[in-house]
Amino acid sequence: MSTTLTVPRERVAAPRRTLRPQWLPAAAFYTVFGLLALLFVAPLAWLVVSSFKSSAEFAQTPPTLLPTRFSLENYQRLLDAGLWRNVVNSVGVTAGTVLAATVLSVLAGYGFARFRFRLRGLLFLVILSTMMIPFQSIIPSLYLILDELGLTNSLLGLVLVYTVFALPFGIFTMRAAFTAVPAAVEEAAIVDGAGSLSTLWRVLVPIVAPGVATVALYAFFTAWNEFLAALIFTTRQEQYTLPVVLANLQTGAGGTLNWGVLETGAVFAAVPCIAIFLILQRYYVAGLTGGAVKG
Amino acid sequence: MALSLSARTRPRRRGPQARRQRLGLLFVLPAVALVLGIFVVPVVVTAVMSFYDWSLLGQRRFIGLDNYRRLGEDTQFWQSLGFTTLYTVIVTAALLVVGFGLALAVRHRRRGVGVLRTAFVMPVVIGFATAAYLTLWLLDDRIGIVPDLLRRAGLVEGSVSVFSTFPTALAAVVVLVVWKTVGLTMLLLMTGMQAISQDFYEAAQVDGARPARMFRSITLPLLRPTIGLVLILTVIGSYLAFDQFFILTQGGPDNSTIPVVYLIYRAGFIDFDLGYSAAMSIGLMVILLILTAIQLLVVRNREDS
Repeated sequence: MSTTLTVPRERVAAPRRTLRPQWLPAAAFYTVFGLLALLFVAPLAWLVVSSFKSSAEFAQTPPTLLPTRFSLENYQRLLDAGLWRNVVNSVGVTAGTVLAATVLSVLAGYGFARFRFRLRGLLFLVILSTMMIPFQSIIPSLYLILDELGLTNSLLGLVLVYTVFALPFGIFTMRAAFTAVPAAVEEAAIVDGAGSLSTLWRVLVPIVAPGVATVALYAFFTAWNEFLAALIFTTRQEQYTLPVVLANLQTGAGGTLNWGVLETGAVFAAVPCIAIFLILQRYYVAGLTGGAVKG
Repeated sequence: MALSLSARTRPRRRGPQARRQRLGLLFVLPAVALVLGIFVVPVVVTAVMSFYDWSLLGQRRFIGLDNYRRLGEDTQFWQSLGFTTLYTVIVTAALLVVGFGLALAVRHRRRGVGVLRTAFVMPVVIGFATAAYLTLWLLDDRIGIVPDLLRRAGLVEGSVSVFSTFPTALAAVVVLVVWKTVGLTMLLLMTGMQAISQDFYEAAQVDGARPARMFRSITLPLLRPTIGLVLILTVIGSYLAFDQFFILTQGGPDNSTIPVVYLIYRAGFIDFDLGYSAAMSIGLMVILLILTAIQLLVVRNREDS
């Protein structure tokens, strides 16, 4: 590692280098920010490592740094407690949201970017208004409406709500992506006799694929992590998503809290997000730099 | 023939081109319908509900402005609003300071900077609830690593119950929030910094300006739109805080850490008083719209001057 660090870097032009703020020499820079970075990653890493302790070791005073013996007891107990059901719920709700939010965002983004129809401005404003008004201030009536439609205690209900959470950002992103595509691309396809939908699907979507990835990624994080709506709109344990069932575990039946199981549940909640972020992080960053993101 | 037909039906747009344009409505319709049903209608219904004594169990009665009168006299609501404001100010200040520090560190290309960025952003993608469960464990008096380390370092003796006093409970939540969200602040500020032309810095350097002066006279002023965006996102996000308090402090100690959304939740779904819950919701909505408007005005005015 020390050898790679001393290799001279040629892609940086010399005059630019002098402009770098030299407020910290390299050694100090890497020490300070390396330690800081460790502070950001270590809790998550330690959470994962600790989940492989036995339940007894997990609840031990004082805590051990590494598992003295590799154990899947926490995972076993998690499954025994029926929590796989809630993991399946989370996967289903998230998959549904990603699919619905992506498809609807592509369609609407295309419509707003490429067509001039009546009410276009007003309808776009309606979509954007959802960014200005917090979901938290419509909870009471949304509960009633969903209840009326038979969509409380329903994973479909959660999918619909999360899709609406994801739509403003999704439509905004896709509209920008379609606007950036030269109109000539599409006109050529239309001259060839392709219909609008097939033009969109075969010609345009491959071009705006990075935008689609960004939209899908944000929809994933929204649905997988959401807590408040799931807490309110589902009231039966078998319908809970993962974050909510863990809250139930925490208060526990009769105050019996199994730390190992709770934190292993947190591993299930955290690891998919981290894995997907590590693989697709450039789309995540692109989403931020492309425009505003809702809270 | 074509002329007379179009004159009768659509006076403004004609021909296949116009028909194609109208297709756009079909493309946006599914999304718009969903947003209308799941968002716009509930906003209107919430406003209507706020004028009713409306129980979750079914009974409802029109009571005019009574819910709002009650809201005005509800000391718990105002205390909660005060607490949420305090929390928002602390979190926003902390995020801006730490976010600026990190953004300054990782904005340039430098070996290993990509890894640092990834590390700082990693907690952003996990859920607030998940992060709260993690914190709960790390801070637990009996099995948590933080109290253990504090005791080993001789900084405290005996038990460490972080969530039993207001200042420590609030501090714990603030540290959690900064840890979990500062990566986002950093990315936004960094992007803004990278958009500033190097020419400004080169010119300043020729004039003999020091880094601190360059930061104050170039970076800060040119970053105003980005700072405005960060402020709006952070302030709104903080006013809507819920998960971390619900899981970590449960409103305690002595109901001192109850954010407004917690009250809305409690009124509606623990006390079954949906009408009052709706009135609080509308109150929160109005406060946030005003705050956003003020921030937008401030950012814009500064740009003009």
